[in-house]
Amino acid sequence: MITNYEELSDMQIDVLREIGNIGAGNAATSLGMLLNDNVNIKLPEVSITDFNTAMDAVGGPEVMTVGVLLTYHGEANGMIMFLLDMEDAKNITDILVCEGNEEEGLSEMKLSAIKEIGNILGSAYVNSIAQITGLNIEISVPYVAIDMAGALLSVPIVEFGAIGDKVLFINEGFYSSCYELASEVIMFAEVETLETIMERLGLGG
Amino acid sequence: MSELIRVGISDYAKAKAPNILVTFALGSCVGICLFDGATKTGGLSHIMLPDSTQAARNETNRMKFADTALVDIVRDLKGMGAARLTAKIAGGAQMFSTPGIGNLGNIGERNVKAVKAALASLKIPIVAEDTGKNYGRTVYFDLSTGVMKVQSIGKTTVEY
Repeated sequence: MITNYEELSDMQIDVLREIGNIGAGNAATSLGMLLNDNVNIKLPEVSITDFNTAMDAVGGPEVMTVGVLLTYHGEANGMIMFLLDMEDAKNITDILVCEGNEEEGLSEMKLSAIKEIGNILGSAYVNSIAQITGLNIEISVPYVAIDMAGALLSVPIVEFGAIGDKVLFINEGFYSSCYELASEVIMFAEVETLETIMERLGLGG
Repeated sequence: MSELIRVGISDYAKAKAPNILVTFALGSCVGICLFDGATKTGGLSHIMLPDSTQAARNETNRMKFADTALVDIVRDLKGMGAARLTAKIAGGAQMFSTPGIGNLGNIGERNVKAVKAALASLKIPIVAEDTGKNYGRTVYFDLSTGVMKVQSIGKTTVEY
């Protein structure tokens, strides 16, 4: 019986890592289709880490960041958050949205493009859970906010804070011939969902 | 020499003048600055959730919750000679504009309420407040003056 992330065995943590790896692979394929380009991934770093380390890993808590948040529900329940560097977000939306680049922040159109990218990445990761477990999962529409990385990251951390101090943290990088996109992915699953995943894979406690 | 002491999420620190306490990027979390002017002693707490009774049964970090954190900090500060504490609070924002994402609803608002209730039951008056809305806040708490400085992206820094 799992009650929080700290109680996961090494083998169970490897399962979560593998979900992260498959998710990043799916994400690269989908991004490639969206951008009509060949998108490669760097080997994602997947770790189980505590809140404060995660805050530092996103480049410092005060860095201005684009955050996309999605929830997933059905036979598995949780949240996924993507944090994109502000510059990367501008560069990648320049490819998708044809408009001038005078604005300081991100225009409505570009924010909408970011939402779509969030949607694609979210589906990629949720599909990775579905792929290895066969569970039926749906995802919400993406929510976007631009603010300090730490304040954005605190949203899912707070949501799942009652079940422990660790998060599944994936550091991924995508690149093609003309751009690079670094993103942090933080996946949260409810405790029941973690159990379901492990049981499906024969690793139930 | 004054030292800058960092307070993480679900964490707290106590110190005396001339030190400065800081906690970065409060979202829906709440930062509570407690100060005793006579001894220039104070503490900064970064709570994450309102209510410890909803925690997992093996939860041990009392600093995570408004109800348990403030009781412990006030006890510690009294031990350092702080007799008359006042509070300044910041944070409790709703970062994503859609209400009811996840199960918790507007957790920022609930955190602020819980902090106020905890302070009321400890009989500590709130002398300044910068809470709610939809943006992140970094809080500096200067124990030489008792001033709480709140910084946000794209906004003027405010001192309380």
